[in-house]
Amino acid sequence: MTTTTTTAMTTITTPGTLLTPKQVADRRAQSPHTSMFARMLLRAAVLRRRRAASALLAMIVAAAVATAMMNLYVDVQAKLRTEFRNYGANVVIVAKDGKSLPADALAKVESVLGAKALAVPFSYAVARTHDGQSVVVVGTDFARARQLNHWWKVSHWPDAPNEALVGMRAATAVSPKRQPFELTFQGKAIQLAPNGMLQTGAGEDSRIYLDQSEFQAWTGIAPSTIEVAATGTGAEVETSIRQLAQVLPAADIRPVRQIMEGEANVLNKTRATLYASATLVVLTSALCVLATLIGWVFDRRRDFAIMKALGASEHLVNGFFAAEAAALGVVGAILGFFIGIGVAAWIGRVNFHAPVVPRFSVFPYVLAGSVAVALISAILPIELLRRVQPAIILRGE
Amino acid sequence: MFPRIVYESFRRQARRKLLAGIAITLGVAVATAMIAVATDIGDKINRELRSYGANLVVTPQEDTLDVEVGGVNLKPPSDGAFLNEADLPKIRGTFWHHNIVGFSPMLPVTVKLGSGSDAKDVTLLGTYFSKALRFGKEDFTTGVRITHPWWKVSCGDGKQSPNCGWPDDDSENILVGERLATKLNKQPGDTLDVAGRQLTISGILSTGGAEDDQIVAPLALAQQILGKPGAVRRVYVSALTKPPDALSVRDPKTMTPEVYDRWYCSPYVESIAYQLQEVIPHSHAEQIRQVAQNEGTVLSRIKGLMLLITFAALLASALAVSAAMATAIYERRVEVGLMKALGAGDLAVSAIFFAEALLLALVGGIAGFAAGALLARQIGRSIFNSQISIEPVLFPIIIAIAVFVTFAGSAAAIRRAVKFDPVFALRGEG
Repeated sequence: MTTTTTTAMTTITTPGTLLTPKQVADRRAQSPHTSMFARMLLRAAVLRRRRAASALLAMIVAAAVATAMMNLYVDVQAKLRTEFRNYGANVVIVAKDGKSLPADALAKVESVLGAKALAVPFSYAVARTHDGQSVVVVGTDFARARQLNHWWKVSHWPDAPNEALVGMRAATAVSPKRQPFELTFQGKAIQLAPNGMLQTGAGEDSRIYLDQSEFQAWTGIAPSTIEVAATGTGAEVETSIRQLAQVLPAADIRPVRQIMEGEANVLNKTRATLYASATLVVLTSALCVLATLIGWVFDRRRDFAIMKALGASEHLVNGFFAAEAAALGVVGAILGFFIGIGVAAWIGRVNFHAPVVPRFSVFPYVLAGSVAVALISAILPIELLRRVQPAIILRGE
Repeated sequence: MFPRIVYESFRRQARRKLLAGIAITLGVAVATAMIAVATDIGDKINRELRSYGANLVVTPQEDTLDVEVGGVNLKPPSDGAFLNEADLPKIRGTFWHHNIVGFSPMLPVTVKLGSGSDAKDVTLLGTYFSKALRFGKEDFTTGVRITHPWWKVSCGDGKQSPNCGWPDDDSENILVGERLATKLNKQPGDTLDVAGRQLTISGILSTGGAEDDQIVAPLALAQQILGKPGAVRRVYVSALTKPPDALSVRDPKTMTPEVYDRWYCSPYVESIAYQLQEVIPHSHAEQIRQVAQNEGTVLSRIKGLMLLITFAALLASALAVSAAMATAIYERRVEVGLMKALGAGDLAVSAIFFAEALLLALVGGIAGFAAGALLARQIGRSIFNSQISIEPVLFPIIIAIAVFVTFAGSAAAIRRAVKFDPVFALRGEG
């Protein structure tokens, strides 16, 4: 920009205050050459507050929606995975050929999988009731089984010695009136109180559950099965299985296909739906920005014409509008990003009762997307205006 | 005069109208597609959740205890009560038969493999694979291929080949669990001596469960081996259910007739179990809590999520439409000035703009609804391999929303345009 235009613009933007040449020179000396450009950007925003604010609002909404969608898309899958862990164990460790697992098996499993995974030992024996009926008795760790098997409907979890958790169908056989009953295993008898009732609708209903230490003192049988609820994606669970196979060579380690495949199936469909919806929402908000910004730039064709009439090069005018759009994109992206994180956190709280962890890694994408949409919506109308003579615009035609 | 102004406005300013029209069309399309997906997602995910297998089990009422450890049945095979296979097609006659995806009868039989000193006990499980049945005038197929989708049949080592696959339900071919096959060193095509019969192995079964150590055979074959024609030990039923709520867990015996009717006519897992007991004599139907209790939570989470995202989509579409309308009107201040200078009142000018907005909303709304319906279909087909149907009742609702949003978006801009001093507008100072 030449010196003459600078003076002219200064006079135009501050009418009524005549400056002495010295004052003008002082001002120019203080501010570097680029400040005119920056000043024009700033004044354009301040003078047309309302239009600028509505453009910025559209930008913020779009960036917020995009941020929230990206955050949710990543986090919802993790959230749903934890929901799926309520289905119980997805990996089962079974001792080969009906033997027991080594005594340190549970400790080994926990050291491999860490604190995230839940491992529950089970040991089985077939005992006889007083009238000679066979019944399966299971020894387990009640505290862990309770965490793993959320779907068990239990009237009372045993917490005292010689208390048993009795399956609904087993109860009608061994203790129809809820009276204490006796079981024998290889000649050794035990007296049990049926204080808790268990209902699952599956094999557990025919069994009697005991605390592992009591069970082992009675039968001498150590756990033969460990059920594991391993967290993470399918690939992570596969890795866990391989690691377990290394530390427990004497055991058969297999995924529970029913649980793994069901989870993968539902998760894939949900992810695809989420992806499609998020894309639609982000596209719509981009459209919103486009519509607002095109209007904004069109609205300022007079500025455009004046700049050109005053001798600004096409390059400079384009640069000015582009810089303005980019600034809008950056400010909108930053504000929208934080609002979007808030929205995602709120959705997480409402729907999953757990906050969505903010992912700052999506910020570059939101920023780049916002600036790109802003630039596109600024360049489009300028391309149209460029063909028009400034004189025609200034005459208001 | 009024219609002519509106008509000419559309004819002469086609470009500006196009921009606003496109915004309305796209906004309505996204809104329609999202509403359609959100209303249908529950049903779609419910079907996907069926890949977890059966959620109900029907057993004989007078059954003895199961004595089963690690997939090996220790109960004498003829002990206890049985269901009658002939009663099973009646499952399709229950009130909620459309919600019953499939069922599989099971008959475990303990058989001796081989002979002499190296004979050993193995469980042979009789079931339907994909059996054609008939109830009334309705033909249907059911079996483990529907209720147990994670069961995979291969030639061993996970390899697929046309030579091995699921046996026919009326054949004497069997599947051998993968661990048992390794132990016996058998391949598909080999024969296996089971209880004095030479049975051909048609495939190796992998389930990740107890069946990996068992033989799975057509139900009729298992009944012959056991010597009890028509006997079934239990039936697994896979049904689409409604998540449990306060009503579902109540005991039907304590309900008033109206509440009972409501309970009976809702597809709760409890009411479906109750209806299964009604049609199958001497039976006890119960939900498999591991599957039945968890699917409600997963379903409500996914539905809730989609609902919130649909709100976001509606909000974004509404903003896009408002922004486009505001821009379109803002550009026409000079026209407003001219109209007012010629003596038009605020009301007349507003009426013209609202009439234009209404026309745009109707045209954009109809085009958007059609586009949204196509979009929803596409999403349904590519993600769920099934149709997402759009309720016709949605059409007036969508059009009403489109008109409302367009009006709301235009209102502020129209107000400002009308209040703008015509002198400034005509002098081109804005």
